[in-house]
Amino acid sequence: MNYEAVLALVRRYVFLYTRSKIRLVELIFWPIVDLMVWGYLTVYLQQQGTGGLPRFITFLIGAMILWDVLFRAQQGVALSFLEDVWTRNVINVFVAPVRTVEYVVATYLVGCLRIALTFSVLSLLALTMYEFSIFSLGIALAPFFANLLLFGWALGMISTALIVRWGPAAESLAWAVPFIIQPFAAVFYPVDVLPPLLQVLARWLPCTHIFEGMRSVLAGHPMPLDNLLWAIGLNASWLAIAGWTFVHMLKVARLRGFLNKFVVA
Amino acid sequence: MSVSSIIVSCAPRTLQKLPNITVMNDPVLEVRSLTKRFGSFIAVDSLNFELYPGEILGLLGVNGAGKTTAMSMVLGLITPDSGSIRAFGMDMPARRTQILRRINFCSAYTALPSNLLVWQNLDVFAGLYGVRNKKQRISELLEMFEITSLKNMLTGHLSSGETARVNFCKALLNQPDVLLMDEPTASLDPDIADKVRRIIRQVQQERGMAVLYTSHNMRDVEAVCDRVIFMHKGRILYQGTPTEVAERNSERSLEQLFIRVARSGDVECIPSVTDKDKKETS
Ligand SMILES: Nc1ncnc2c1ncn2[C@@H]1O[C@H](COP(=O)(O)OP(=O)(O)OP(=O)(O)O)[C@@H](O)[C@H]1O
Ligand SMILES: [Mg+2]
Repeated sequence: MNYEAVLALVRRYVFLYTRSKIRLVELIFWPIVDLMVWGYLTVYLQQQGTGGLPRFITFLIGAMILWDVLFRAQQGVALSFLEDVWTRNVINVFVAPVRTVEYVVATYLVGCLRIALTFSVLSLLALTMYEFSIFSLGIALAPFFANLLLFGWALGMISTALIVRWGPAAESLAWAVPFIIQPFAAVFYPVDVLPPLLQVLARWLPCTHIFEGMRSVLAGHPMPLDNLLWAIGLNASWLAIAGWTFVHMLKVARLRGFLNKFVVA
Repeated sequence: MSVSSIIVSCAPRTLQKLPNITVMNDPVLEVRSLTKRFGSFIAVDSLNFELYPGEILGLLGVNGAGKTTAMSMVLGLITPDSGSIRAFGMDMPARRTQILRRINFCSAYTALPSNLLVWQNLDVFAGLYGVRNKKQRISELLEMFEITSLKNMLTGHLSSGETARVNFCKALLNQPDVLLMDEPTASLDPDIADKVRRIIRQVQQERGMAVLYTSHNMRDVEAVCDRVIFMHKGRILYQGTPTEVAERNSERSLEQLFIRVARSGDVECIPSVTDKDKKETS
């Protein structure tokens, strides 16, 4: 792997985000809005529930922050490619001596940078506004976080593959991908709430096991190893499928001459 | 005397040297029976040509003749249906990255990210091409194209001619052995277009860089190209030096020939000229 090329691709985003303050705002604006809506909703529910729902606040805010990790990871990857499409730069990048794997690794790293920023801001705000510390997840936080990153990347690669294949028209799909799975992913409610058929679907998503695990830990149980193992196993499969899809769609795009089409997009 | 005729007469010609070059050196680019279909439409049809070190080869042809498609196949952006591309003795796309390290590309129709400063864009691409002494190389190029003053400008704020010059800087960053240019001078004013041609000539002569060049400006082509390939419907219609091609077809200039070909849609494509035929003609 040519690390210099990877670094050059990452540097581009560092330039972009340090030069354009509005981009930085975009990174934290929606997460903060989400945090406030979910946070105050749970505060309200707690007040109404005569203390019977003490874990609500931790469940919902925890879920919201972790969901954002997944979402940002997906966006980090998909947006890196879209940025090239928007700026008519796709051709320049694809005629440069950059391997697909280097391009993908760079988008992952960009995803990490974005997440590092949003996650720090959200954890800090959750602590000051609702006295909720995401770190109350303890040691479980690390594997949860890592698995959500991996799944986010897999979804990001699938989104990028859609854009490579169907062009900028698929852009809105790329935004929608995480929300298509959100209802089944048991983010804000336990998987048992879902009808049996959807439960089956839900268990094929690595993030379902993470959110189930998160609720279990926040309820004071030890870290559920089976959830974690399921998540890791499923993530490995999802990443393999996503990688294959991406490479395959690139191949199709080269065969049908789509990469040139980005010029006029 | 018109400006263009001054350009034509002043442009350094290496035409006379060309046969020597072809004898002495292996081609840097060898395209054999290259074919590309989009559905039932044949965009490039059994294309054969080679590009020698230090040669500027023009790809001409009416809109839709297949020039960009052919170039994109050389760059690995489009996968051919059949045929082969060898660059520096290596197969494309099997050795894609090794080949691309020694090639570069620019076109009036692509852009560098508009939301970065000029120097930032060049810095990123210098990294992608593994350029040593990035800073120095970037300054040299900016100076060469007389855009040092634009270094700290937002790329998206540049005029189209300025953008084109930044694209040229990007295209020369890695000191390519082969430069592919798809209508690079489309947005340049005559003065800058002339300067750019001189720079391309200069780099070509100093470093033996080979250039594959498309343009719809026939005077441009006559001024700059050692040899031209006239494409029509994906195939080679004529090839030779610009004067040869025009004279052989009883036209005063390439432009006259171009117009004739464009207006007689039923021109029968001659089969691609093989190496053997070419040696005979030269
Ligand atoms: N991805 C594609 N799918 C379908 N047809 C395509 C595709 N790309 C190019 N073509 C067709 O192939 C033909 C050759 O296109 P190409 O872009 O190579 O022409 P060109 O010689 O570069 O023309 P111009 O001078 O207008 O740039 C055109 O008729 C075009 O419509
Ligand atoms: Mg073209």
